[in-house]
Amino acid sequence: MDSIEARFKLDWPGFTLDVDLALPGRGVTALFGHSGSGKTTLLRCLAGLERASHGRLEFKGKIWQDEKTWLPTHQRPIGYVFQEASLFAHLNVLGNLNFGLKRSTTAQRVGLEQAIELLGIGHLLARKPDTLSGGERQRVGIARALAVGPEILLMDEPLAALDLKRKQEILPYLERLHDELAIPVIYVSHSPDEVARLADHLVVMDDGRVVADGSLVATLARLDLPIRLGEDVGVVLDATVGELEKEWHLARVDFAGGSLWTRDRGVPTGRRVRVRVLARDVSLAVLDPVPSSIQNVLNGTVEAIGDDDHPGLLLVRVQVGATLLVARLTRRSAAQLGIAPGLPVSVQIKSVALME
Amino acid sequence: MLTDSDLQAIWLTIRLAGITTLILFLIGTPIAWWLARTRSWWKGPLGAVVALPLVLPPSVLGFYLLLAMGPNGPVGQFTQSLGLGTLPFTFWGLVVASVFYSVPFMVQPLQNAFEAIGDRPLEVAATLRASPLDTFFSVVLPLARPGFITAGILTFAHTVGEFGVVLMIGGNIPGVTRVASVQIYDHVEAMEYGDAHRLSAVMLAFSFAVLLTMYMRRSNLRREA
Repeated sequence: MDSIEARFKLDWPGFTLDVDLALPGRGVTALFGHSGSGKTTLLRCLAGLERASHGRLEFKGKIWQDEKTWLPTHQRPIGYVFQEASLFAHLNVLGNLNFGLKRSTTAQRVGLEQAIELLGIGHLLARKPDTLSGGERQRVGIARALAVGPEILLMDEPLAALDLKRKQEILPYLERLHDELAIPVIYVSHSPDEVARLADHLVVMDDGRVVADGSLVATLARLDLPIRLGEDVGVVLDATVGELEKEWHLARVDFAGGSLWTRDRGVPTGRRVRVRVLARDVSLAVLDPVPSSIQNVLNGTVEAIGDDDHPGLLLVRVQVGATLLVARLTRRSAAQLGIAPGLPVSVQIKSVALME
Repeated sequence: MLTDSDLQAIWLTIRLAGITTLILFLIGTPIAWWLARTRSWWKGPLGAVVALPLVLPPSVLGFYLLLAMGPNGPVGQFTQSLGLGTLPFTFWGLVVASVFYSVPFMVQPLQNAFEAIGDRPLEVAATLRASPLDTFFSVVLPLARPGFITAGILTFAHTVGEFGVVLMIGGNIPGVTRVASVQIYDHVEAMEYGDAHRLSAVMLAFSFAVLLTMYMRRSNLRREA
């Protein structure tokens, strides 16, 4: 009952969308894929902006679409954030925020004031959209979607139209949404970094189909993802800040299987954090490693081996306690070390990205 | 200065143009909206029909309207069955003819304005709980405001400037169908060149003022954008 069941089949010239998904009714679900994979089309089908010829959509026990039913977009309890903020040019910021609020009958789970506070736009209310920066516009767009009191938030690459600086400006707000919002969020993205930061659940799409679907942690640790991630192959760990070493500006993060040292980003001890470990930053040794500059050395067991994009490279999945890590090795070094499932190894981690 | 009959003709012209513009706002807006949004095969043919008065000699349009509204025409039979008599050579006959004559001047600017808005604001409005009708009034109309102003001014000015259709449908009845352009024609026919000069100068000044306002507005909008 507490989830979203979506089945769509849509035929366009040169493109077919064919998906059958059950999405969790809470947390952030990322629809991830390259451009043209159909992730935006799927999101538009969920919103009713696109009508799949054959489809069935059930949201928390209510039918939005089947053979007999079609709930038009304006009757669906959604919030939608477009890639470009698409603010109404004839209204100021407050007018934009009020537009949906005035028309919405759904319960106010996130009220207007909360949305304004959450996105930090209180000082912009009297401004016209054309006087705002791209980042400000997108924050207003997100607040406007929240102000209608939606039961689900749909976001179509809200950062894609922004430059790196604006992205960095908005990401903290999105992370706050992730932490404070009680409603499910479907987040379309082609950026592995955004997905690793924000998602709890990951749906990978390719050529109009779902090619992987599962929890973020488990899906990223798969070696057989049929989509090229290149330098972004890696895992995400849920961890807690355990200790700060002020003298060295380092923080220790503890996860199920060990701990890692990372740069102190000012996150206080006890706080839950996300840690991203890229496969390219992980190396393996079979003997106890000699002293080196690498601070993070963990003991693990080789669990599985998979192909990488390049024929000279391999991906090796290592079990460390209850956690899986993925390392990228050259095929030659794997052969020289005799890497095989079951082999005990030392895992050396060169760098760790800590995401609050 | 202007004679009483000149003033009467000017007042009649303003009434005719004003009523025509109001009627065309009501008729032209849905036509323009449909033309801007449809993917139907009929878009081409209807678009061409709307544009016809731009190229047809007004006498041709007037001739057909005269036949249609005359005692034996379909419109004429209809108006007679309602006990209204026939429309030619009446003020309301002129209004009907002007509506046809000026329709492209209303529809085309509106259609351009609607097309320039695109799909996105409509989709945004739908995700913010606005029904299609609500969206039209709360989003489309305000965003298309410059288009409505242009369309209104052009329609009004074009109706003021009509002559051929008036002569065919309305004839030349003082206070009923004798508009300013016909009055000038009368002055010239009667060799009253001084009267023709004065009224022509008024029309020239009016037309220039209208167009000037519009083009100044347009360049102001561009500067703001």
